[in-house]
Amino acid sequence: MFASYTKGLKHGIPIALGYLSVSFAFGIQATSLGLSPLQAVMISFFNVTSAGQLAGLQLMAAGAPLVEMALTQLTINLRYALMSLSLSQKLDSSMTLIHRLLLSFCNTDEVFVVASQQPGRVGRAYLYGLTNGPFLGWTAGTLLGALAGGILPGAVTEALGLAIYGMFIAIILPPFRRSCEVRTVILISVCMSCLFAFVPLFGFLSSGFRIIVCAVVASALGAWLMPRPVKDEEEVAA
Amino acid sequence: MEWKTFLVYLLVMAGVTYLIRMIPLVAIRGKVKSVFLQSFLYYVPYAVLGAMTFPAVFSATGSLPTALAGTAVALVLGWMEKSLLTVAAMACLAALLVGLMV
Repeated sequence: MFASYTKGLKHGIPIALGYLSVSFAFGIQATSLGLSPLQAVMISFFNVTSAGQLAGLQLMAAGAPLVEMALTQLTINLRYALMSLSLSQKLDSSMTLIHRLLLSFCNTDEVFVVASQQPGRVGRAYLYGLTNGPFLGWTAGTLLGALAGGILPGAVTEALGLAIYGMFIAIILPPFRRSCEVRTVILISVCMSCLFAFVPLFGFLSSGFRIIVCAVVASALGAWLMPRPVKDEEEVAA
Repeated sequence: MEWKTFLVYLLVMAGVTYLIRMIPLVAIRGKVKSVFLQSFLYYVPYAVLGAMTFPAVFSATGSLPTALAGTAVALVLGWMEKSLLTVAAMACLAALLVGLMV
């Protein structure tokens, strides 16, 4: 149990450090839009999501209606429903209701991808270990950014905007290299995403919704053309 | 921002986000049997991250040359299978250095 927790904790460290720089940028932005440092930290503490928080922050600052806030979060964050669905297939029997309720709170893109790549099933000890660091990094980074952001030169804060994408690239490239199927799915998704972003005809799709359409179409095509049944030994390996 | 307004926004924002994550994880306890669905769910994370990264990464720094430099460094280091932290930090550093030169 403890070994699984420690293993999770170790796997979470790079994510936590990546989050530290990304949420630092969020903290700077929140205070520049008129939020107090405590409010900025509360947003990160209760949401634990990058794109959704950024959009939410802008809606708050603009005094948008609550319906718009709810719908925006729904479209940007709907990908988490897919991830939770996917993760539900990997959980072992230690994941009882209370732990599912608690751990789903921290199911971020990076946590999900790292958990998905573990061989066999994953249990609660590993998942608590995996999520603790990133959660801490996310909230602490927001606080630091909110308090110290004004001091940093603009060139530094702008460069920090790349941190989260660097992390995404580091996550997808190794499987991209090794698996022809994964490579095909990623390329379909990326091409669609670029098409949606650059062709004005698709301008009506919000960025959150674009991601869902690309992911669903690319994954469905992959599943249809290159089915990949879960092997039995993967289930036994836990 | 005024606390009352802030807390209402926060409640809506965090509530929607949590429900999206929580419902599938709590509701689905069994194993998906369909090979199509299994394969679909296996591909989802890669497709999501791909679509989230491109083309958004090109406007992540507010200037194209710095973003391109950072992306190029991330692609090379990622290909070499360096750790998440190394790739992220070096991408930021490359963008910063190019920003200082341009």
